[in-house]
Amino acid sequence: MKRQYSNIWRLGQKELWSLWRDPVMLLLILYAFSLNIYVAATSMPETLHKAPIAIVDEDQSPLSGRIRSAFYLPYFLPPVQISLNDVDPALDAGTYSFVLNIPPDYQRDVLAGRTPQIQLSVDATRISQAFSGAGYISQIVASELNEFKQHHRVNTVLPVDLVLRARFNPNLTSSWFGSVMEVINSVTMISIVLTGAALIREREHGTIEHLLVMPVTPGEIMLSKVLAMGLVVLLATGLSLTLVIQGALRIPVEGSLLLFLTGAALQLFATTSMGIFMATVARSMPQFGLMLILVLLPLQLLSGGITPRESMPELVQQLMLLAPNTHFVMASQAILYRGAGLDVVWPQLLALAVIGTVLFRLSLRRFRATLSQMA
Amino acid sequence: MVIAEPVAPVAIVRQLSQRYGDCLALDALDLLIPAGQMVGLLGPDGVGKSSLLAILAGARVIQQAADGTTAVTVLGANLANTAERNRVCPQIAYMPQGLGKNLYLSLSVEENLQFFARLFGHDAAERRRRIDELTAATGLLPFLQRPAGKLSGGMKQKLGLCCALIHDPQLLILDEPTTGVDPLARSQFWQLIQRIRSQRPGLSVIVATAYMDEAERFDHLLIMHAGRVLASGSPAQLHQQTGTANLEAAFIALLPPEARQQHQQVQVPPLQTDANTPVAIAAEQLTMQFGDFTAVDNVSFQIRQGEIFGFLGSNGCGKSTTMKMLTGLLPASRGQAWLFGQPLRPDDLSTRTRVGYMSQAFSLYSELTVQQNLQLHARLFHVPAAGIDARVALMLQRFGLTSQADALPEQLPLGMRQRLSLAVAMVHQPELLILDEPTSGVDPIARDQFWQLLIDLARQDKVTIFISTHFMNEALRCDRISLMHAGKVLVSDTPAAIIASQQASDLEQAFIRYLQQAGAGEHSQSTLVSAAAPPAAAAASGRFSWRRLWSYASRESLELRRDPIRGALALLGSLVLMLFIGYGITMDVANLTFAVLDRDQSVLSRDYVQNLAGSEYFIEKPALASNADIDQRMRSGELALALEIPPNFGRDISRGDPVQIGAWIDGAMPNRAETIKGYVQGMHLHWLTLQAREALGTNVSFSAGVETRFRYNPDVKSLVAMVPAMIPLLLLMIPALLTALSVVREKELGSIINLYVTPVTKLEFLLGKQLPYILLAMLNYLLMLLAAVTLFAVPLTGSFVALTLSALVYVIFATGFGLLASTFTKSQIAAILVSVLGTIIPAVQFAGMITPVSALEGSGRLIGELHPASYFLTISRGLFNKALNLQDIYPAMLAMSLAVPVILLLALWLLPKQERG
Repeated sequence: MKRQYSNIWRLGQKELWSLWRDPVMLLLILYAFSLNIYVAATSMPETLHKAPIAIVDEDQSPLSGRIRSAFYLPYFLPPVQISLNDVDPALDAGTYSFVLNIPPDYQRDVLAGRTPQIQLSVDATRISQAFSGAGYISQIVASELNEFKQHHRVNTVLPVDLVLRARFNPNLTSSWFGSVMEVINSVTMISIVLTGAALIREREHGTIEHLLVMPVTPGEIMLSKVLAMGLVVLLATGLSLTLVIQGALRIPVEGSLLLFLTGAALQLFATTSMGIFMATVARSMPQFGLMLILVLLPLQLLSGGITPRESMPELVQQLMLLAPNTHFVMASQAILYRGAGLDVVWPQLLALAVIGTVLFRLSLRRFRATLSQMA
Repeated sequence: MVIAEPVAPVAIVRQLSQRYGDCLALDALDLLIPAGQMVGLLGPDGVGKSSLLAILAGARVIQQAADGTTAVTVLGANLANTAERNRVCPQIAYMPQGLGKNLYLSLSVEENLQFFARLFGHDAAERRRRIDELTAATGLLPFLQRPAGKLSGGMKQKLGLCCALIHDPQLLILDEPTTGVDPLARSQFWQLIQRIRSQRPGLSVIVATAYMDEAERFDHLLIMHAGRVLASGSPAQLHQQTGTANLEAAFIALLPPEARQQHQQVQVPPLQTDANTPVAIAAEQLTMQFGDFTAVDNVSFQIRQGEIFGFLGSNGCGKSTTMKMLTGLLPASRGQAWLFGQPLRPDDLSTRTRVGYMSQAFSLYSELTVQQNLQLHARLFHVPAAGIDARVALMLQRFGLTSQADALPEQLPLGMRQRLSLAVAMVHQPELLILDEPTSGVDPIARDQFWQLLIDLARQDKVTIFISTHFMNEALRCDRISLMHAGKVLVSDTPAAIIASQQASDLEQAFIRYLQQAGAGEHSQSTLVSAAAPPAAAAASGRFSWRRLWSYASRESLELRRDPIRGALALLGSLVLMLFIGYGITMDVANLTFAVLDRDQSVLSRDYVQNLAGSEYFIEKPALASNADIDQRMRSGELALALEIPPNFGRDISRGDPVQIGAWIDGAMPNRAETIKGYVQGMHLHWLTLQAREALGTNVSFSAGVETRFRYNPDVKSLVAMVPAMIPLLLLMIPALLTALSVVREKELGSIINLYVTPVTKLEFLLGKQLPYILLAMLNYLLMLLAAVTLFAVPLTGSFVALTLSALVYVIFATGFGLLASTFTKSQIAAILVSVLGTIIPAVQFAGMITPVSALEGSGRLIGELHPASYFLTISRGLFNKALNLQDIYPAMLAMSLAVPVILLLALWLLPKQERG
């Protein structure tokens, strides 16, 4: 038993030395957990950001002028006035996402107590802006209209008020979401790349053959990689959360960092095993690279870290429950955004532990079986 | 030195220096190579032989000396001049170092030959005639359909020779053609060269070799050391000059004194064994089968303690496999082995501590220092902790590594690295050493030093040594040797007994006879039939040739078909990714969970809740009990929305008093929260309108007076918008990635050399590589279109022809980008990285996928305006969603087409036609 621990300890040290002398990998880790997070946080587009809008003003009245001047940065680009004939070609070419058409005699009709309609054409192929943008525009027009009416003593009273408050992220700042989810993406990517590349490198350099003639078992070799690389990524994750997210980006983290790191450790157990598994399937670094593209993208896109799970097809949702990422994303969102404790996230942690164990066993079995082909 | 040869030289080199980083490979070299002769370039690895040959073949760029005196003239042409080089290039044939380095291993013998014959412009009938003739002469004719990767080392070299000879060259350049080939195949190879030379008297041959013995038969020798020529002349002249009997001794005598001093003659004290000496290692009918291929066939032997036992044979004859079985790396299919009298079991960790193993290639941790490597191995072998430091120090001292203890292995010369490997294998004081070709590529002096260490270990420390080697002089130093061929042991005895049993003059000859008796090499008896081959038609032409382009294109398609992972990615990658993204990135928000804390419980409050619960977006969860309940259930993520209806809600409304409904949205996902906000507000207004109409009986409009029309996508469905945007992204990324890989793979595997030394032009090469990927990308496009229309039910409302035409222009650009990326990347991993990042970033950030190009600023705007992805995105959206036709998208298509020649010319300009030093 003691011999096993000592072997794993020695081999783990060797992994860390190898990583320490590999500048490319170090740079990749550094980038993934610092600049990458920062960029993801700051460049994540707000729902409505600099939307191009055009206005066909057939009224040219003070009221229409008021509406025209109500659109400003950062939500909208300064509105461009175009003629009615230009609307269709401009929309077809995708120059503007929104075109507002203020009909003739608009102000006169409003003052007369009629309800003239402004027409808003939305290019609904711009899905990220279309829906919320239309809502914003309606609200802007409504408030301009209300102010104008109040000014001219045309009364409208809404008897029931809806007070909307967003919890956990009061201003709905996108960067809060983007940055933390990027940390999760980095945890997955870096852990798979580190373990997979470490194994393939040993294979390409022939050092795996060397290990195998020594009195060490395949289980010890694999465990040393899983532990060493997991430790590195865990450390990077902790530093990234405290220094980059809480420090540089000043994003408040609600829950317990320790609980999150526990979840991360379980996630790493699963993903590092996955890295080993992929490295036993791929015969060379390039093949590993291609496989990585096909494995990482679904893990990241379908785990709920980018768009909500509930809008995915039922089948996809069920299948993705097999992936560790899904549970890790759920747990992280609960812990970091909503301040949930162990009493809330234990099912996800349990699921992670089970998935991790299964993946580790599968990888170990495959690792043992393919070792003879590697040497 | 003066070379007084009567023959006009085939190559003249003046003041040639070649530097790679800090390493000076060639040092102001001056030499003349006589024509019509067999010229040998002798010296161990790393003395500059390969650099010189690559330059003579026109494959490598000549580094001009500062004073401009460097000149390399081959067959009368100045190789620094591109036009002259292109003119003579078809008359030079070049076989680079490494078994089958310029061959395509997944292609068959026939396909390889066809590829090269097409490059040299032969028509179909002429190709057939030449292929049949060459393969008959080399004995490859029965193996035309076998993949090159499955040939033995000797056969690979013969195929390489056939490929080199397919165009009647005047100069044949061979870089270590017989390294790793068994003695029989080696002698057959040289006989073949002799026959070819006798039939083509004008042919000059330049050969680099590390085997001193085979060089004895050459006409003229150049002995190289440290980038300089030490001596030149015929073998006889060299013997005379140095007063030695063989070239190995002559080489050592010619070395500079400081290098020579390290050399000592290796003396082997006789082995002292008697009947009581225990057997260290024994094998009985050991067999290893991979599928239906028998790598090792019934091998039996016994090695006594303290014996040096040698294993000889060609690459792939089963030596390494046998050794791996004895180390426990490979479980034997059949048979049994004993180590120190114990049956060998792969999972037996305790016998492993008694064995030291050194594998074929240098295989220590290059990231650990010399000392760290020794320490790690000592610890893993459980040398007692107290003794580790002393043991490591002893090893460093004994193997002469003390001064290098803190160096990284890569900084050491090859000979020293081999000593380190041996030190590592010895660190735990094993009783048995298994060494797999430990001296390949090491110079004679370092080799002799290494052997002295081995002999000391065997004779003084009684370590049993089991070693495999290619070198006959090393085999002679063994106590006993075994010769292996095709998995079988042919003979096993002392060297002297083996020579005597065949009445041979030396060991090599004895082996050749054993191999012949075993039936090896029986296919190579016929000779070249027609010597007077018609000159290669149009071979020398530097003009554009469709045949050469087609040669590359068809070869590329063949290779792609035989690589499962790349092939799968090419065919299905984009479709799989489209499914993931289509289902993954959806802005539609549905099935939102909400619950209500209803403090009123009136008819009106229930009506309000019903209004929400009845919509398709929301799913109602059990009612909330308290504020704490709201907190708990929102924290767990169960609820996306919580509503609080105040007490007396119904009463206050009917009185007309102001009422406030509280709504909490889970803001963890800001995008989702925004949408929920919009939904709730909309439904709130809707409810108010209904209430007002009911209560007041009037049609009060609370709407802001904005009538919204969602054009092109009335239901605001994500898929309808996402699918047309995904096609441009995927049609850029995957084809660029695959094209870049296809070129960089050739760089990594070495077959790029064919671009450098054959008449294929850069344009033919690039277009030939690009063509298969354009076709594949178009196939992918059709598959994606099919998936869009059927699986995702996104109708194509515009013109199919217009979309297909645009897609064609677009994939020509995309594959062109891949070619461009391949010109400046060296490894496949770098190519993957550059092509993925280089396509995703512009396509996602700047092409208007999320933010319209018109809303971008600065350099982002510029990229967006120039990049074809922007235009294809507009076209794709226009044709899918906006029912446009060819006339509408014509301007965008034109703009996109402009990028195609730009990217191709850029790739053409950046692609080197010679290897850069």
